Amino acid sequence: MKMKSLIAFALSSAFIATPAAADLVIPDLSYRTGPYAAGGTPFSDGYQDYFKLLNKRDGGIGGEQVRIVECETGFNTEKGVECYESTKGEGALVYQPLSTGMTYQLIPKATADGIPLFTMGYGRTSAENGAIFRNVFNFPVNYWDGASIAVKYLKDQHGGSLEGKKITLLYHNSGYGKEPIPTLEALAAKHGFKFKAIAVDHPGQEQKSQWLQIRRERPDNVLMWGWGVMNQVAIQEAANINYPMENFMGVWWSGAEIDVLPAGGASNGYKALNFSPIKDYPVLEEIKAMGDLTGDGSNVGSVIYNRGMLAAMLTSEAIAKAQEIHGVSEISAPQLRDGLEALSVTEARLVELGMGGISPEFSVSCQNHGGAGQAIVQQWDADAKVWKALTDYISSDQDVIAPLVKSDSEAYAAENKIEAGC
Amino acid sequence: MLYRESGDFKTSYKADNQTFPIAFDRYRYWVVLAVAYLVIPFVITDYWANAILVPFLIYSIAAIGLNILAGYCGQVSLGTGGFMAVGAYTCYKLMTAFPDVNILLHIVLSGGVTALVGAAFGLPSLRIKGFYLAVATLAAQFFLVWLFNKVPWFFNYSASGQISAPEREFLGIAVTGPNTSAWASYLVCLVFVTICAIIARNLTRGSLGRQWMSIRDMDIAAEIIGVNPLRAKLSAFAISSFFIGISGALFFAVYLGAIEVGEAFGINKSLLVLFMVIIGGLGSIFGSFAGAAFLVCLPVILKLIGVDLLGWPTDLVAHLQLVLIGFLIMFFLIKEPHGLAQLWNVIKEKLRLWPFPH
Repeated sequence: MKMKSLIAFALSSAFIATPAAADLVIPDLSYRTGPYAAGGTPFSDGYQDYFKLLNKRDGGIGGEQVRIVECETGFNTEKGVECYESTKGEGALVYQPLSTGMTYQLIPKATADGIPLFTMGYGRTSAENGAIFRNVFNFPVNYWDGASIAVKYLKDQHGGSLEGKKITLLYHNSGYGKEPIPTLEALAAKHGFKFKAIAVDHPGQEQKSQWLQIRRERPDNVLMWGWGVMNQVAIQEAANINYPMENFMGVWWSGAEIDVLPAGGASNGYKALNFSPIKDYPVLEEIKAMGDLTGDGSNVGSVIYNRGMLAAMLTSEAIAKAQEIHGVSEISAPQLRDGLEALSVTEARLVELGMGGISPEFSVSCQNHGGAGQAIVQQWDADAKVWKALTDYISSDQDVIAPLVKSDSEAYAAENKIEAGC
Repeated sequence: MLYRESGDFKTSYKADNQTFPIAFDRYRYWVVLAVAYLVIPFVITDYWANAILVPFLIYSIAAIGLNILAGYCGQVSLGTGGFMAVGAYTCYKLMTAFPDVNILLHIVLSGGVTALVGAAFGLPSLRIKGFYLAVATLAAQFFLVWLFNKVPWFFNYSASGQISAPEREFLGIAVTGPNTSAWASYLVCLVFVTICAIIARNLTRGSLGRQWMSIRDMDIAAEIIGVNPLRAKLSAFAISSFFIGISGALFFAVYLGAIEVGEAFGINKSLLVLFMVIIGGLGSIFGSFAGAAFLVCLPVILKLIGVDLLGWPTDLVAHLQLVLIGFLIMFFLIKEPHGLAQLWNVIKEKLRLWPFPH
């Protein structure tokens, strides 16, 4: 009986706890618990802190306060559904789930609800084709770009040819990890290297057999598509088998401080891609001075934190753009979609915002929701405990990617009977 | 007083043998059905459907399935997640291969295919029991998930290995895909739950159910009195997998819409359904519902109270949830090892005498 009254109480509160939407509601589907919290926490901190800064410093965006609604997903799709449904009712403007699995699930749902999905550097790569994925944005760079940039960089390292080289991909056995495989296969055919993919199952704490295989086959390079605890374990295992760190390279989700620190000095020389380089951005000082930071404030300026901040900045720029296009300050989700589609990022504007160089320059169009397709390569210096940029922004090989995007997105359109827009 | 039997005369064997012999129980059953069918579809919102009711109904089917195997036939299974995956992937393959065939038929067929797979994995149960059988079913769990990850034919060679449910209609109303309205997905699940529960209830009351229970209670004695263990055990595996397959198909097609096999149908799912059965009550259809409701609603309720009402940080609430659910599981297992169903029976006994306990 007690249980029943408790349920009744909670259920009635569910109705009361839904205030009328008045501000710009930005849901933050974060994960601060579970095996992926190491990446989820700093991203969410950065995402929220930047909106807090805008609220405090500029009085919101275009005079409208931003209200963050945080919802813990634990990187779990079922909880993600609950979060999506509970925040949707509050007038959510845009979703940033930071999970490729959840993105796949939300693409049809959010499209049906007319809410844009901003999957920055993750999610479904072929969503780059804006004519078919009208509501999905994955700028500034996506996984297939990442695979191509990595191969381009390795080609330079091997003196301009990958003929006969062995490249192994160590991937998280999920939609996220599998994304780059078709591109890498296409690139292997083009450049003549031998490609092999080795899966690591969720959550990735057990990788002994995978590294034994790598030890036996001695590939020239290992690429990694990992996330959360998998990264730390992989770097430790690579150190254990004495795999040369400078030949080991992660995608941008496998290249944060938290991934390399546990291995200590052994992780020196590990490389990773990045599209939001580490720099002393003036805006970080403003955030630190603001006080009242999200979380414990220890993540400010770290790789993933900066990326969360970049996501918030791009979102706020799109909101401002939408306000300009539609002439109202209190925009709706479909209006924000227009804003995202008209977004253009220039270095001048980035400097103005106190984060010059945090993103490549790009502009979004109706056909292209993918942005620049550029990233840098960075290397970990274990003594100084800093990521050092090795290259400037490298562009991806569109000759390989564009046909793949076209065929994958058209297959999706045919399967779901979507007519291309634009 | 509420559960009074006096004055409730039965004049035929049929009436005496009915599912709910007590009049009050019978009325309660009809009231629940009436509310579920005639009231909820008109007031349901997206949040209620997708966050609470649809997962509750789907997990109820899975729990009924596992309860037949573990609760009635006494065969412990840790392969529920794998069998749900069979249902989901069969449904996906059927939906994409035969887009013109009715989706509800696909869901039933998915149950059928899962039944075959379940019976095949039930074969070791003829030789081994208890923990050893649990390990054998665990192998099924890992094998099936590996299979759906490894063989691209199952996910139609998509780049990411994910499967997504295309939109399918029933009588012109979308029941899968993003444009499904809340009431439609709720009603589809409800119809399946109702039919599955009625079938399960009557199976367990009939001769097959009695065979299962005799195997559960003492297999050698059962064999001596003429129960065929091969038939009883394999039928339990097949029928249990049939229900679990249906729940997997609904889980994929109606509830989530897109699935990644490792995440959605991993070992955690097997354990979750097993907890539902244990907490709800082994060997009870009502217990399957109670267990599913308990484990689906509790996290949502805790979140509503913690985050929305008290304004606590989300990670704190998520951690508290783990602590509290663990604590409640222990509490129930110590205080009421036979699960919520037994708790309900105790309340019923009390209500029978209330308000004059002596």
